Amino acid sequence: MEALWLSVRLAGCVAAILLAVGTPLAYWLARTKWRGKFLVESVVALPLVLPPTVLGFYLLVAMGANGPLGKLWKAWFGHTLAFTFLGLVVASVLYSLPFAVQPLAVAFESVDARLLDAAAVLGAGRWRTFREIILPLSIRGVVTAAVLSFAHTLGEFGVVLMVGGNIPGITRTISIDIYDHVQSLDYGAANRMAAALLLISFAVLASIYAVNRRVWSLWPVK
Amino acid sequence: MTASVLEARVRFARPGQSHTAFRLDVEIQVGAGITILFGPSGAGKSTLLDCIAGLLKAGDARITLGEKALQDSATGIFLPPQERHVAYLFQSPALFPHMTVEENTGFGLRHAGEVERKAAVFYLLEVFRVAHLAQRKPGEISGGEAQRVALARALAPSPRAVLLDEPLKGLDAELRSSIVDDLRVWNRANRLPILYVTHQRDEVNALGERVIAIDRGRVVSEGIPHAVLDAPRTKRLAHAAGFENYLTAAVLELREADGVMRARLTGSEAELELPLGFAAVGDRVRVAIRAGDILLATQKPVGLSARNVLEGAIDSIETRGSTGVCRVSAGAMFVVHVTPRALRSLEIAVGKRVWLVIKTHSCQLVDE
Repeated sequence: MEALWLSVRLAGCVAAILLAVGTPLAYWLARTKWRGKFLVESVVALPLVLPPTVLGFYLLVAMGANGPLGKLWKAWFGHTLAFTFLGLVVASVLYSLPFAVQPLAVAFESVDARLLDAAAVLGAGRWRTFREIILPLSIRGVVTAAVLSFAHTLGEFGVVLMVGGNIPGITRTISIDIYDHVQSLDYGAANRMAAALLLISFAVLASIYAVNRRVWSLWPVK
Repeated sequence: MTASVLEARVRFARPGQSHTAFRLDVEIQVGAGITILFGPSGAGKSTLLDCIAGLLKAGDARITLGEKALQDSATGIFLPPQERHVAYLFQSPALFPHMTVEENTGFGLRHAGEVERKAAVFYLLEVFRVAHLAQRKPGEISGGEAQRVALARALAPSPRAVLLDEPLKGLDAELRSSIVDDLRVWNRANRLPILYVTHQRDEVNALGERVIAIDRGRVVSEGIPHAVLDAPRTKRLAHAAGFENYLTAAVLELREADGVMRARLTGSEAELELPLGFAAVGDRVRVAIRAGDILLATQKPVGLSARNVLEGAIDSIETRGSTGVCRVSAGAMFVVHVTPRALRSLEIAVGKRVWLVIKTHSCQLVDE
């Protein structure tokens, strides 16, 4: 159960951070007319197609004692970022980024542009328009982003294994735990954990499909 | 409040393929009261409004409201829409769907105190007869009510000019004129310049004190509604103004003393007497004639003041609402509107020989 609790904590942290980071990024993607926007979209969507081990490998290199991020971190905090809970959070944020940014961008994009014009003509600046018009009208996208990034982080394996190792209570998440049980032929324990994860994931997806049918829509088409 | 004048000189080019490229080059003045901006779709009406409101930045423009410059590309001034104090009502009400009617109407009054805001909101909701809907959401009111709320919301922040872009599209005529009457009453005290865009000629006659007609990004005429609608300057504008017939003719003779010229219809021997225009003998001219301005006779008429009598035959007949629409082949194909009663009493039938009677001044010369 320690592993389950660790996974839930990790997923909660990642979902919260992704909402904070993903919202401005998604807003920018939804509104910008910059031609190079597709490049940013591709980078954000990379984790969808990349094997987790590839992402995990580069993150491990970056976070390790000789990596750029690792050096910086070590100079400030005295230890490397790899094999820590925080390292897992950083890696998971990148890994789950598209699951937050895509639903947010789709939601922001689908707010009627005339409503934004109306707000501007009525004197509302960008920030007020975002807060009072765009965000309330995108609430389903926000919920979807939070739930999807939570669920996706909950189930990740490859990135965690590469960046976190397998330290009980610190980096041994539920999926790693299941893998361990299977390796030691403890199928009963593996089954309990696997079933728990299956149920949680199903409940999470059912709850968002109940409020929003366009979860898997790709980038907003302009 | 003293009435101020809205003046706009806007040059705007949207590059693109030949069918998407668009140029706007207009200069207009809008004084206190309702000025109609009239023109066919694609004429540039909405683009001009977007430039005045600041939602679109024209490359070369000078837009002033009273003493204040809203945009002046010569000095680099471009006020964002938030600072222009120009109310703008779109074709759709664009009410914020998650707010009540009251919250929508008060949206532009953020800096007013609670009491002051409520007073202003309810005053305007009363003016436009929707105060009883204050606690409803936009999804719970009708299209006409939504447009009334949108109008109240647009006027709440005390704008200095009002732009309306076919705001009453889709509403029936009675509802439209009652909303505009309420706007007129409101404006009696405010004396603001109101620019009202439409491509429907019945609205031009019903609403406007002054009309500016634009087509293909240019002002083609302006004046009182009757003068502008009855003498359209381009073929597209003529179509929008309700001219069903366009003919081409070659000029045969100019009679300057009488103010007329004779011309032969292209592809036929039939001749028409037309008002004198800028044309020389041999030139091809285009003529627009309203279907309702043509008389139909079943015997050759004599002793008429009308100069043009063309012999022809009925090609087809159909009835649209209370109008009988006849196509008559008389040198060219003419569309003629008559009442269903006249159709019956004249025993009009396909193939019947008829004479068309057209006054010289019912023929309008138009550009392509």
